[in-house]
Amino acid sequence: MTATDNSPAPGADSDAPPPDPNAVQVTVNGVPHTARKGQLIIEAAADAGQYIPRFCYHERMTPVGKCRMCLVEADGGRGPAVTVSCMVPVAPDMKIETESPMAKRMQEGVLELLLANHPLDCPVCDKGGECPLQDQTMSHGPGESRFVEEKRHYEKPIPISDLVFLDRERCILCDRCTRFADEVAGDALIHFIGRGNSTQVMTFPDEPFASYFSGNTVQICPVGALTAKPYRFKARPWDLDEVESTCTTCSVGCRTVVQSSRDQLLRYQGVDSDPVNWGWLCDRGRFGFESVNSDHRLTEPLVRSATGLVPTSWNAALAATVTLIEDAKAAAGPESIAVIGGARGTNEDAFAWARLAHDVIDTPNVYSQMGDGLPVGILGMPRATINDVASATTIVLLAPDLKEELPILYLRVRDAVEKRRAKVIEFTPKQGGVTRYAWKSIAYEPGTQVDAVSAALADPAIAAQLASGSVAVVAGRANLAETSAATVQALQTLLAAVPQATVLPAFRRGNVVGALQVGMRPRSGGLDTRGTLQAAADGKIECLILVGADPLADFPDSDLARRALFGARRIISVDTHLSATSDRADVVLPAAAFGEKSGTTTNLEGRVTTLGRKVTPAGTSRPDWMIAAAIAQGLGVDLGYRSVDDITDAIAAMVASYDGVTREALASSPDGIMSHTPASIDPINPVSVEIGVRNSYDFRLVVSRKLYDAAVGTATSPSMAHLAPGQSAHLHPLDVERAGVVAGAEVKVISPRATAVMRIEADPTVLRGTVWVPFNQPGGNVGDLIDCTAPVTDVRIENL
Amino acid sequence: MARLNDDNVRLAQEIIGRYPRPRSATIPLLHLAQEQEGYLTQDAIKHVAELVGATSAEVLGTATFYEMFKFEPVGKYLINICGTMSCALMGAEELMHHAEERLGVKAGGTTSDGLFTLEHAECQAACTEAPCLQVNYRHAFRVTNADLDTLIDDLRAGTLDGEIPAHGTLARVRQSIPADKAAGVVTPEQVGAPAWFPAKDPS
Ligand code: SF4
Ligand code: SF4
Ligand code: FES
Ligand code: FES
Repeated sequence: MTATDNSPAPGADSDAPPPDPNAVQVTVNGVPHTARKGQLIIEAAADAGQYIPRFCYHERMTPVGKCRMCLVEADGGRGPAVTVSCMVPVAPDMKIETESPMAKRMQEGVLELLLANHPLDCPVCDKGGECPLQDQTMSHGPGESRFVEEKRHYEKPIPISDLVFLDRERCILCDRCTRFADEVAGDALIHFIGRGNSTQVMTFPDEPFASYFSGNTVQICPVGALTAKPYRFKARPWDLDEVESTCTTCSVGCRTVVQSSRDQLLRYQGVDSDPVNWGWLCDRGRFGFESVNSDHRLTEPLVRSATGLVPTSWNAALAATVTLIEDAKAAAGPESIAVIGGARGTNEDAFAWARLAHDVIDTPNVYSQMGDGLPVGILGMPRATINDVASATTIVLLAPDLKEELPILYLRVRDAVEKRRAKVIEFTPKQGGVTRYAWKSIAYEPGTQVDAVSAALADPAIAAQLASGSVAVVAGRANLAETSAATVQALQTLLAAVPQATVLPAFRRGNVVGALQVGMRPRSGGLDTRGTLQAAADGKIECLILVGADPLADFPDSDLARRALFGARRIISVDTHLSATSDRADVVLPAAAFGEKSGTTTNLEGRVTTLGRKVTPAGTSRPDWMIAAAIAQGLGVDLGYRSVDDITDAIAAMVASYDGVTREALASSPDGIMSHTPASIDPINPVSVEIGVRNSYDFRLVVSRKLYDAAVGTATSPSMAHLAPGQSAHLHPLDVERAGVVAGAEVKVISPRATAVMRIEADPTVLRGTVWVPFNQPGGNVGDLIDCTAPVTDVRIENL
Repeated sequence: MARLNDDNVRLAQEIIGRYPRPRSATIPLLHLAQEQEGYLTQDAIKHVAELVGATSAEVLGTATFYEMFKFEPVGKYLINICGTMSCALMGAEELMHHAEERLGVKAGGTTSDGLFTLEHAECQAACTEAPCLQVNYRHAFRVTNADLDTLIDDLRAGTLDGEIPAHGTLARVRQSIPADKAAGVVTPEQVGAPAWFPAKDPS
């Protein structure tokens, strides 16, 4: 090895740049290599092309030197020494030997010890075929074991949560899962219990590993000790075929690989995207493939007949759709037609639907939000990326509970607080996942966020913190039982006082930012979703088209949603599953779901990434864009789109904010390409809210989402369906008494709109004087209480 | 009530106040819980977790690392007979057999009257006095079968109560530091890194 041959002699080039202060010269197996100061040997060797075997080391977690697999020989000037390469940083002139006889003997010794108690039940192990223990035994292990004694035995897999099983015999005690739980997820619900030979990973007896992020431990476990219920025994790794994609369950847009076997989705694994998810996925995203495979999928078009919805052919269904649209136009013109949705599909789906709506049907009434976000104008504020948030000096949250609604963004914010010492100022109507990490958690009663923000700005400590560096604001709708006005006003107040602040819009649905940016928003004078539903309820909508939209479940004001569906003369629904809403449609067109179609998506930052198609769409279902193109055809217009690629090209060419987001560019940027805010998005006008005085025996209502709810993604995933906590009214323990009710009892919650019966729960995270109810829970009806035009909702609580 | 009682909760707060971080008090509080019940109940572990701001799993994990914390009821007297090298050579095995016969329980068991728990132990750092044993961690040296009989009789009769308190009692005099005598708690951040500590890589 003579890699120094062509390096210039020292001093030969007097114009050479000054030496990089961060460079450290080392040799790896005799080959000179320039490492970075502070870099761990294991990483430096990897850069030099030498893979050091490892089990416990993980790039995204603190090294702990637990497994000893990474032992190498390193000479830092005092002679060769046994060195734990995942714990020791490089030193100048260090000689690193990863394959010397001594290094090899150590690696073989460690593997022999690790295997002493290992059951070697690879033939029945989910990990077999992709198992670091198998692989490294083959590449770095001894040929055979000298261990002839009885191995340690434990009861074979025991559930440690609803989703994860643990086989303690297979565990090599690497501390990856436990470190993840503590350090990354902040849910230290599993821990090493016992000591010595009887050490095991375990939960506290009656406290399961109920973490929203538990699936990651299965992915990073270097053996088959942790397995996921939805995947156990479903496939062998060598039977899996995979494609890279992006999770669109929420708008964080985590990178994934989608894996299938025999044309069935079987597993999603996280992919490390540095600006976004760092390899992690939340459980809802990870296990959502079950809902794609669900028996409840719509597999053929349905049309309404005298006996209800009946299956029909695509031709007949499309003809019926075209007739409905034409009749509506003939009856009251294109303004009587409205399109809601597009946030659950791809950019291409949304673009095709936007063109169909705006250019072919010629209606201005198009919107992809469901009345549960903030005005689209938020996108026009100076925008922050996830990295901007994670690296800000101060993170201000004027947003829903990130842990419940944007889980991986929560992990990034948590990490920023724990590691980089960013400070979080949280404004919230209810304590949530971030509260324990917040520097200041400022509770406000719904409607008073402007006062809360103004008071905070007047606090010298907070003002000094905000002035001390960069500020990123995560802005979204923390409460569905109030309009967005007070939040918007608070955001404007904050931005006026902190001019350097940037904003990350906490729009929640998968591709809502993409849909809004490519055109699924009202043209001037058009109606947004609330306007459309109101017009429909008033009998002014001749044809309501729902593209992956379910107002009955998602629109906060259930009564308006119901009246709208009654009032709309014709309803067309494009959906993956039959919902309460699509059940009311005149035509239901089955749509291809995630994993069944390719294209691009835009996350909440505006980052555009690719989606991969892995399996054939269920039944005869089709991607939304294809349905849009077919309807346009029926209406006499050829949109000219023959493939999804045609639309990706069209977006890059026609939508200024997607300038540069070409297929070539996407193919070479796995972390995606940033889009820009369309210039045509109207800025938000200054708003102000008037809130009436509250009756002293009233409680102000706070309604927000939990990770698990009745949405199709969870309700049709058997492993997750039962995780939804169910609807109940949460009161501060002191308020339970004040309201004269008993925790656990059913009570009446009475708003000016309606009365709902639910169970009372005492919950110290709820602000006194307010009542919190989770939204869209199975069998829930809290939406009945909400009037979407009222600035806030006050309720009374009475015994039955 | 297997959680900490009111007196002990007050004591727990005082102990927590001696450390820069509440979780540093985990082990002292576990001792407190063990002192109260004679062993660590699940409720007590949960309670300690609440008090120090850790999860129950973390506290259980910490507690189970230590041999001196017990998770099942233990007799009033815990007899640990050393069985490591020196003691083994000097007849520890016979001593254990004798103890088992005399108490009517196997090593690891507790007598039905709840008075004695017999356990096998590793070296108690008294090898010159082998064979040796401990009763509630108080040594007895060069123990013969007859010595053991006398010891058990005395313990039963209560004549040693003054010397050997019930299992779980760490000390009969509890240290109490009045607030004005406390050294004051300083977090590691406030101390800063020692001068010899290598600076962190800025990248
Ligand atoms: S279960 Fe897996 S990840 Fe956890 S310690 Fe054991 S081997 Fe490591
Ligand atoms: S955080 Fe959102 S995008 Fe990421 S895995 Fe979860 S649901 Fe999917
Ligand atoms: S990888 Fe270094 S000790 Fe485990
Ligand atoms: S061997 Fe028994 S005390 Fe050391």
